[in-house]
Amino acid sequence: MDLLTVLQVLDSTVRLATPLLLACLAGLFSERAGIFDIGLEGKMLAAAFLSAAVAYTSGSAWVGLGAGIFASLLLSGIHGLASITFRGNQLISGVAINFLAAGMTVVVAQSWFGQGGRTPQLSGAARFEPITLPFAEALREVPVLGPIYYELISGHTALVYIALLFVPLTWWILFRTRFGLRLRAVGENPAAVDTAGISVVWLRYMAVLICGVLCGIAGAYLATALQASFVKDMSAGRGFIALAALIFAKWRPWQALYSCLLFGFLQAFALRPDVIQTVVGFKVNGQLLDVLPYILTVIILAGFVGKAVPPRAGGEPYVKER
Amino acid sequence: MTTAPAIELKGISKSFGPVQANKDISIRVMPGTIHGIIGENGAGKSTLMSILYGFYKADAGEIFISGQKTAIPDSQAAIAAGIGMVFQHFKLVENFTVLENVVLGAEDSGLLRPSLARARRELKALADEYELNVDPDAIIEDIGVGMQQRVEILKALYRRADILILDEPTGVLTPAEADHLFRILENLKREGKTIILITHKLREIIDATDTVSVMRRGEMTATVKTSETSPQKLAELMVGRKVSLQVEKSPAQVRDVILDVQNLNVTDEKGVHRVKDVSFNVRAGEILGIAGVSGNGQSELLEVLGGYEKGSGTITVNGQPIDLTGAKSDGRSRRERGIAHVPEDRQREGLIMDYHAWENVAFGYHHDPKYQNGMFMNNAAIKADTVEKMERFDVRPPDPRLAAKSFSGGNQQKIVLAREIERNPDLLLIGQPTRGVDIGAIEFIHQQIVALRDQGKAILLVSVELEEILALSDRIAVMFDGRMMGERRPQDTDEKELGMMMAGMNKGEAA
Amino acid sequence: MDAMPKWADVVLIPLISLILAATISALVILAIGESPVEALNLMVKGALGSTYGWGYTLYYATNFIFTGLAVSVAFHSRMFNIGGEGQAMVGGLGVALICLYVPWPHWSLALVGGILAAAIFGAAWAAIPAFLQAKRGSHIVITTIMFNFIAAALLNYLLIGALKPKGSMEPATGKFPEATHLPSFQDMFSFGETALFRGAPANVSFFVAVVACFAVWALIWKTKLGYEIRAFGHSESAAKYAGISPTKIIMISMMISGGLAGMMAINNVQGEAERLVLNAVEGAGFIGIAVALMGRSHPFGVFLAALLFGFLYQGGAELALWTKIPREMIVVIQALVILFTGALDDMVRAPLERVFLALKRRKRKAA
Repeated sequence: MDLLTVLQVLDSTVRLATPLLLACLAGLFSERAGIFDIGLEGKMLAAAFLSAAVAYTSGSAWVGLGAGIFASLLLSGIHGLASITFRGNQLISGVAINFLAAGMTVVVAQSWFGQGGRTPQLSGAARFEPITLPFAEALREVPVLGPIYYELISGHTALVYIALLFVPLTWWILFRTRFGLRLRAVGENPAAVDTAGISVVWLRYMAVLICGVLCGIAGAYLATALQASFVKDMSAGRGFIALAALIFAKWRPWQALYSCLLFGFLQAFALRPDVIQTVVGFKVNGQLLDVLPYILTVIILAGFVGKAVPPRAGGEPYVKER
Repeated sequence: MTTAPAIELKGISKSFGPVQANKDISIRVMPGTIHGIIGENGAGKSTLMSILYGFYKADAGEIFISGQKTAIPDSQAAIAAGIGMVFQHFKLVENFTVLENVVLGAEDSGLLRPSLARARRELKALADEYELNVDPDAIIEDIGVGMQQRVEILKALYRRADILILDEPTGVLTPAEADHLFRILENLKREGKTIILITHKLREIIDATDTVSVMRRGEMTATVKTSETSPQKLAELMVGRKVSLQVEKSPAQVRDVILDVQNLNVTDEKGVHRVKDVSFNVRAGEILGIAGVSGNGQSELLEVLGGYEKGSGTITVNGQPIDLTGAKSDGRSRRERGIAHVPEDRQREGLIMDYHAWENVAFGYHHDPKYQNGMFMNNAAIKADTVEKMERFDVRPPDPRLAAKSFSGGNQQKIVLAREIERNPDLLLIGQPTRGVDIGAIEFIHQQIVALRDQGKAILLVSVELEEILALSDRIAVMFDGRMMGERRPQDTDEKELGMMMAGMNKGEAA
Repeated sequence: MDAMPKWADVVLIPLISLILAATISALVILAIGESPVEALNLMVKGALGSTYGWGYTLYYATNFIFTGLAVSVAFHSRMFNIGGEGQAMVGGLGVALICLYVPWPHWSLALVGGILAAAIFGAAWAAIPAFLQAKRGSHIVITTIMFNFIAAALLNYLLIGALKPKGSMEPATGKFPEATHLPSFQDMFSFGETALFRGAPANVSFFVAVVACFAVWALIWKTKLGYEIRAFGHSESAAKYAGISPTKIIMISMMISGGLAGMMAINNVQGEAERLVLNAVEGAGFIGIAVALMGRSHPFGVFLAALLFGFLYQGGAELALWTKIPREMIVVIQALVILFTGALDDMVRAPLERVFLALKRRKRKAA
C-alpha cells in the first residue's frame, strides 16, 4: 500500500469525523451542563435539510448554514423547554425530537421540492467547496511532507477547519472562563450554582443553545459539504455515535477529537473494501463493514476501555429542595 | 437610640400546594448576636430561612435588613444584602477544588485566572482571622465533612456576608468538631457578624445562643433569652405538651450470643476500604449501640449485615455462618435467617415512596407464603395484615391505600418498624431510628425498641445522635474511620469520652 | 395529598396532550397547503369507514399493541427500550426460520411455534443490551439504538444471502408453506355471500395481542415478579435493600420487553406478508414508545393508544394516496404525541393541578 492510499483514507477520516466531532462537542456542552441530549441526531437531520433547502434556494452555502443553525436551534429550544422549564424526561424529549426531525424534514421537503423527500442537487456556491491552503500546490512535489500537506491538511471545506478550531475553543471556554466554570458546576451540582446566586435555568439554556449551534453546523456540513443534497435520514445514526464518542472521551474536548477521529477512521475504512482486502488479506463482507461503527459503539459503551463517570447531575431536572 | 435589628421579618407566610409551611411569622434578630431557631422536623424552620435566602418567594410578608425594607427575590439579592447561608446538605461541587467552589458565582471577570488568584489571597487572610484553615487546592470529595463545612462558611465570608445562617450544622460533626465550629461562630460574633443557628438539638441552643425562637407547625410560638429558659421548657414549647426526655428502661437480661462478627472488612465500589477488621457480638436481650459520625463505616456495616453489600470475614447468626459474597448474600436470605433491618434512610431504602402503604408492608417479605395465592400475590391478605399493623403501631392516617410519601416522617418510620418488628426477628438491625421524626413518634419508637429487647431479641443500633445511643444502649461501641475504637458501658462513660473516641482518639492517647 | 383526582391523571392529561399534538399536526398540514378538515375526513373514511379500513386499522393496532406493551414493561423497571424496532426485526427472523424449516401440520400449531420463535428471538436481541446495562452500566438507550442498526444490517445480510431463494432477485425469503398461514379476519368473519374485511391484513394475531394485554396486566400488578419489577423501577436502592437483584430484574424485564416486541412478527410476517421482507417492521417499534407513553404504561391504555395509532397509520396511508401529505406525517404526529405526553407532561399537568386545587379550596370554603 502506498502513501497516497493511506493519505486518502486519512483524508476521508477527517471528512467523516467532522460531523461527529461537531455533534460530539455539541453534546459535550449540553451534558456538561447536566442536560442529556439523545436528540443530537434529530437536530443534525433538521439542520441538514434546512441548510440544503435554503442553500439551493438562495444559492449560498453560508446562508444555508445559517438556516441549518436556525433549524437546530428551534429543536434545541424545544428540548430546553421540555427538560429545563418543564422538568420533563430528557431522554423522552430527545427521542421525540429525533422523530420530529425525521418526519418534518420529509414532509416539508416533499411539499417544497416534490422530489420524494429530498432536496435538489447543490452546485457552485450553494455548496461548501474545498479550500486550498497557501502553497499547497507549490509544495505538492516535496517528498512525504508535500503530499501530506496537500492531500490531508489542505483541501477541506471551511467547516472542517471550523470544527477543528472548536476543539481548543471548547477547552478554553470550559476550563479558563467564568462561564465554563459555572457550566461545569451546573452539570455537577446545580444546587451549588443556585445558592451562589446564579440562574440554573439561564446557564442550562445557554448550554442547550450552544449545543444547537454546533449541531446546526454539523447538519449543514452533511448536506452542503460532505454530500451535495439532503436525503431522507441522512444523519444515519451519527448523533448516537457522537454520544458514544463523548462517553469514550469522558466528556473532555481533546479526547472528543481523538475518539471522533477513531470513528471517522472506521467509517472511512469501511468505504474502501479494496484497502481492507490488502490489509487483512481477504474480502470482508460489506454489511459487516457498515455495522462496524455501531458495533464499536456498543463495545465502547460496554466499558471495555475504562469506566466513564458522567456529570453527576446529568439527566436530572433541577428542583429546589425544601 | 436603639440599634435596628439586623434582620426583621414581618408576617411571613408560605404554602406549598395544600401544605402551609409558614404562617404569619415575625421575628427580630439583633446584630452581633447568635440567634437560635429551634423546632421539630417540618416545623418550617428551613422554609423560613430559605425565604430569607431568596430560595423561595414568600406568599406574604416583609423583610427588613438593618432597618431597610429589602426585597429578596433570589439568592443573588440575599448575597447582595449581606446574607450567607450554610445549608444542611452542603451545596458544593464535589469534583471542584476548594478555591473553585469559593469563587463560583463571585468571580471578578469573565476570565478565571485573576479571580482565582485574588480568592487565594483572600482565603489566606480569612483563614488567619477566623481559624478557618483549609487547603485551597484540595478537591472537595477528598476532604472530610468538617472541612467541607468550613468551605461553606468561607464561601459566605468571601461574599462579605454580615449575617450567617447555619442550618443543622452539627449533624455531621464529631462533638469536638462541633465545639470548634462554635468557637468559630463566637469569633465571627465578636467581629460583629450576626448568626442564625437552626437546630433541633436543645443542648446546642443552650450552649451557643444568646436568644432563641421556637417554631411549631409553621408558627413562631415564642422568642426568649437563652439564659432565661431551660431544655425542658424549650422542648415543651416545641411539642406543645409535656414530654419526657428520658427513656424508661429496666436492666438488660442478657442471654446467648445471637450475632457474632469477626474480622469484617468492607471495600466499596470505588475501592475505598470502609470497614476495617471489625469484630463484635450482640447477645439476646441487649441493645448494642454503635456511635460515630456518619461516614465512618457504620452504613456499610449495616449494609453487609442486611445483605446488600459484600464483605469479607466471618459473621455468624445463632452460631451459623452467613454468606457474605455468594448467592445467599442478599436481603431475602438475611430475612430468612431471622434478621430484620430498619435501614438508615427510609426514603431511599426502607420504603418505595410511590407504593401504597400496604405494598410497603410486604416489601422485602413479599416471598412470604401467606402473601401468595397460587401464581399471584394475595393482595387482600397483605391489605388485611397492613390494617392490623397500622393499628398496633398507631400509624396515622390508618389508610393502607395511601402512598408512603403521603405520610409524615414519623409515620413512615412506624410503617417500616411495624413491618420489621412484627416479623419477630432474632436480630434487629436499626439505623438512625429517629432521624427526621417528631418528638411524639421518637418516644413511641424508643419504647418499641426497648420492648423488643425485653422480649429477648438482639438489637444492633446505629445512630449519629449520641444522646440516643446513651439513652438506649446496654453497651456502646464507637466507630471511627472504619475501625472499632472500643466499647463502653453507658453508665461508665459520658459524651465527652465518646466524643473523643468518635474523633479517633483513645483514652490513652487523649490523656 | 394528591392535588388531582385519579381520573384527571389517567384520562384528562393524555386527552389534552393529544389535542395539543393534533392541533400542531393540523397546523403543519395547513402550512403545506392542505386542509386539515378534509384530511381528517379522509382518514376517518379510509380507516373506519369500511370493514376493509377497519381490517387495516386493527392490523396496525396489533403491531402497536405488541410494541407498546414491550416499551411499557421496560418502563416499569425504568428501562427505556428504544430497541423495539430491532427486536421486532429479529423476531421476524425467528418466525421466518420456524415457518420455513419446520413442517407444521396445522396453522394453530404454527402460530404457537411462531409466537415462541418470535418471542425467543426478540428476547435474545434485547438480552445483550440488557446484560451490558446490568453488568457494565452501558446506557441502554444508546445500545438498543445501535442494536436496531445492527439488526437491520443482519437482516439485510441474510435476505440477500442465505435466506433468499435461488434465482430470486428480491431481498426476501420465499413464501411460507400454506400450513403456516394464519386465518385473516376475512376468513373468520365472512358468512356465506357477505365477505367482511375483504383483502385486509388483520388476522388472528389481534386476539393474541389482546391476550398479551391481559397477561402483561396480570404480570405487572398481580404477580411477585411484577411487584419486584415495579419496586426496582421506583427505587433501585430500596430494591437492593429488599433483596431484589437489579441484574435479574433488568434482564428479565428487558427480555419480556424484547419478547413482546418480537411477537409482533406473528402479525406482520406470519399473518400478513407470509414471508420475511426487508424493513418489515416499518417503524412500529418506535411507535410503541408513543403508544406506551400515551397509554401511561398500562395495558388498557396501551390497547386504546394502539387503536388510535392504528387509525392514524391507516388514515395516513390513505392521505398519502389521495393528497400531497406524505406518509411521514405520521412520524410527525408520533413525535408530537411523545413530546406532549412524555416530555412536556408538566406543561399540561401543572396548570391543571392548579385548577383542581382552586376548585378544592372553593368547595371547602362553600362547605
